[in-house]
Amino acid sequence: MVNKEAFAGTLESGDILIQISPSEEKGLHIELQSTVAYQFGRQIKQVITETLEGLDVHDARVMATDKGALDCTIRARVTAAAVRATGKDVWKD
Amino acid sequence: MRLRRTMMFVPGNNPGMMADAFIYGPDSIMLDLEDSVTMAEKDAARLLVYNALKTIDYGDTEMVVRINPLNTPYGKKDVEAVVKAGVDVIRMPKTETAEEVREVEREIEKVEKEIGCLGRTKIMAAIESTLGIVNAYEIAVASKRMMGIALGAEDYCANLKTQRTPEGTELLLARQTIVVAARAAGIDALDTVYSNLNDMETFRKEVELIKALGFDGKSIINPRQIEIINEVFAPKQKDIDKALTILAAIKEAEKKGSGVIAVNGKMVDKPVVIRAQRTIDLAIASGVLNKEEIDNE
Repeated sequence: MVNKEAFAGTLESGDILIQISPSEEKGLHIELQSTVAYQFGRQIKQVITETLEGLDVHDARVMATDKGALDCTIRARVTAAAVRATGKDVWKD
Repeated sequence: MRLRRTMMFVPGNNPGMMADAFIYGPDSIMLDLEDSVTMAEKDAARLLVYNALKTIDYGDTEMVVRINPLNTPYGKKDVEAVVKAGVDVIRMPKTETAEEVREVEREIEKVEKEIGCLGRTKIMAAIESTLGIVNAYEIAVASKRMMGIALGAEDYCANLKTQRTPEGTELLLARQTIVVAARAAGIDALDTVYSNLNDMETFRKEVELIKALGFDGKSIINPRQIEIINEVFAPKQKDIDKALTILAAIKEAEKKGSGVIAVNGKMVDKPVVIRAQRTIDLAIASGVLNKEEIDNE
C-alpha cells in the first residue's frame, strides 16, 4: 500500500520523473507530462499501470514527467518510486 | 577471441547514457553502481541497471556491472539484481584479498542456483590499493569465474602517498604486477582510466605504454577515447604480413615434416608462432584483416 509520497527519476533527457502519492479514491490516477505524449502517451501510461499492478499497487496518484524514457527506464523509475512509497523491497523477475 | 581493449564506464543512474553507450562500439560496457551513484540513489540505480540489462539489446558488447562492496548495505542486493538480469561480468571495486572474491562468488552462486544458471556469471576485480597489488596473483586465481584484473590508479596513488604523473612512473610496479599476475592466472589485464579529456596526446602515450607492458585494454570514461585505443591496439600492416609469412612457413614445414624452420634467416620457434597467431587473431578481431581471405590462402 502506498502510505507516503515518493519520487524516483530525474528530468534529464532519456529519463522520467515519477511521483507517487497515496490516493483517497480507488484505482490508479496517472497524470502525464511528456513532449511525446501525443505519440506515446497511451503506451507510457500502460507501462506505468502494468508495473504498479505487478507490484500489487492498485490505488495511488501518479505524476509522471517524461523526457523521452525507454520502457525499461519507465519500469525502473516506477518500481523505485513504488518501493520508496510502500516501504516494500520488491524484486520482480 | 574476445577483445577487451575498451571498457567504458557508464553511471548506473543515467538512463540516457545507458541507452546510447553501445552506439560508440566499446568492447565492454561497465554500468556503475558504485562511486558514480549517490547513497540516496543506490536503490533506483540498481533497478535501472537491472531493467536495462533485461531489455536493451547490447549485441556482442560484453556487459559488466561494478557493484558496491559486500561490506556495504548495497553489495548483496547488487549481486542479486545483476545476476538475475543476466549480466556477463561482475566487477568488484577495491579488491584487496582473495577471500573477498570468494565471498562475491558465494553470493553469485546463491542467486544462480535460485534461478538455475549455475556458473554463468564471470568476475573481475579492480585492484586499487597497495595490499591489493601485493595480493594480485592470489586475487587473480581466487575463482574459476575470474576473467580479469584491473588497476584503479586514483585510490592506489592515494594509498601509496603519491600522485599521478603524465609519465606514470608511480604506477609502473602496479601495472607490471597486474599484467604478470593476470598472465600467470591466464586471465585479462585491464589498465586504469585516464580522466583528462583535454589532453589526448598524453592519453595516446599512456595507451602505447600499457600496450607495450602487455595489457589487454583500458577502462575509459568517454567514447572519444575509443578510437585512439583501437588505433594503438590494432596490429600494423607490416606485423600482419610478417605473422602471415611465419604461419605459412609453419604450415609448409608441418607438411614436409621438418621440425625447425627459418623465416628471413631467423629461426622460428614456438613463442614466435604464438605471437604471430595472436597478431592475426587481434587483426581479425580489430577488423583490419578478413578471416575468409586467410582461410582461402
